[in-house]
Amino acid sequence: MAETVTLAEAVRELVHDGDTVALEGFTHLIPNAAGHELIRQGLRDLTLVRMTPDVIYDQLIGMGAARKLVFSWGGNPGVGSLHRFRDAVEHSWPSPLELEEHSHAGMAAAYAAGAANLPFGVLRGYDRNDLVSRTRVAKIACPFTGEELAAVPALRPDVGIIHAQQADREGNVQLWGITGVQKETVFASARSIVTVEEIVDKLEPRPGAVVLPGWVIDAVAEVPGGARPAYAHGYYRRDNEFYTAWDVISRDRDTFTSWIQEHVLEAVPT
Amino acid sequence: MTFTADEMMAVEASRLLTNGNVCFVGIGLPSLAANLARRTHAPKCVLVYESGAIGAKPTKLPLSIGDGELAETADAVVSVPEMFAYWLQAGRIDVGFLGAAQIDRHGNLNSTVIGDYATPKVRLPGGGGAPEIATSVTDVYVMLRQTPRAFVEQLDFKTSRGDRVRAVVTDLGSLESRDGELTLVRVHPGVSIDDARAATGWELAIADDVAETEPPTRAELEALRSLETSVRE
Repeated sequence: MAETVTLAEAVRELVHDGDTVALEGFTHLIPNAAGHELIRQGLRDLTLVRMTPDVIYDQLIGMGAARKLVFSWGGNPGVGSLHRFRDAVEHSWPSPLELEEHSHAGMAAAYAAGAANLPFGVLRGYDRNDLVSRTRVAKIACPFTGEELAAVPALRPDVGIIHAQQADREGNVQLWGITGVQKETVFASARSIVTVEEIVDKLEPRPGAVVLPGWVIDAVAEVPGGARPAYAHGYYRRDNEFYTAWDVISRDRDTFTSWIQEHVLEAVPT
Repeated sequence: MTFTADEMMAVEASRLLTNGNVCFVGIGLPSLAANLARRTHAPKCVLVYESGAIGAKPTKLPLSIGDGELAETADAVVSVPEMFAYWLQAGRIDVGFLGAAQIDRHGNLNSTVIGDYATPKVRLPGGGGAPEIATSVTDVYVMLRQTPRAFVEQLDFKTSRGDRVRAVVTDLGSLESRDGELTLVRVHPGVSIDDARAATGWELAIADDVAETEPPTRAELEALRSLETSVRE
């Protein structure tokens, strides 16, 4: 049953050094505030999972929180490269970063298998490209037709973290707009944290919404603006200028470190 | 009207799309070309963005695939697992537009690393949707500026397969796959066959009847420029 707590309490209680942690939100509802809390609490040695690591993962990687990254596309959307991610892979700064690299289709299938508590997912994919030797994939034959398919081991993070628009006072959560892979993340993970824009008396049904009953979630924290600088459909728009500015901030190690000091470490926890 | 090489490239790529197409679109040049097609000769072309927007009809050019307007104007908004399983893998999308850092003569693409995978010179964002787009749609169209660094004899990494790459539109001309080999079929106005050859890192196959690309019409250019100034704040 979801406990309504502060974000700091949720992270302290549910995330530990060495955990496999997935923060999801496919270009929308990205749990940026939760990522900052991971940095503030100085978590280390994490295996970070995310289909589209962007600015928040660049920050976590640049602060040395991650030992390993499981991902399928790592960039600054609409802008270019992630410089902290590149520095970690190309120069092991501030520490080496092990990669487990997937395609979107493969990683989505692995999340869906994890959510279903199956050992692996199946797809028609990873067809004779060089990713095959760099990821966890095996060929299997369909037992009914013999068709050759790709099997990917289920993703089972220790902790799944997402951001949603609303929760009610019982901790039931509703998110809408582009809902990405967040439902699968919560179901695939052993523990889950959901930050929300607001806690309301009653969830009004929204077209195309994902509703997660409170009893499948461990902690709900009210964090208005918790997706910024990404956007939250119905609440605020994407801060495109920040994404462009990040390209400059993140290029230089010292500029990056000072930015984190000022905007994350010394920022008042929510 | 005068036009730039990039404008010619976007216009020529947009001409590949037809009203019957369902097209998987990435951000950048492909999104520009696909939205231009919808505003000119192919208003019924269905645009699919991998964030989950099926049949998006943005009034302005989206800056990211998560742009709210894609969801607001879509026929349906679906989850990412559904997008890749029920829509792409199931064969409901017939055209895919891809970009890359490197391409070889067979249309294989690299968007993963420059240099060795374990110790790369440049770590690129990675494949994202491309590996399965390249093997699930019927026709893959590639947009890529033509330079010897991008058009290489040997890819550093094969992110996606080239079997279904039908056409490559560059800032110099158009290549089509003929017997599995990319072959120069058109050069843009003001570009020579030798220019295209010099910008290619392999011995470029040249069609017998290389034509000059039809320059952009006034309507195409005006639609393109209005799209480019419409990128959302």
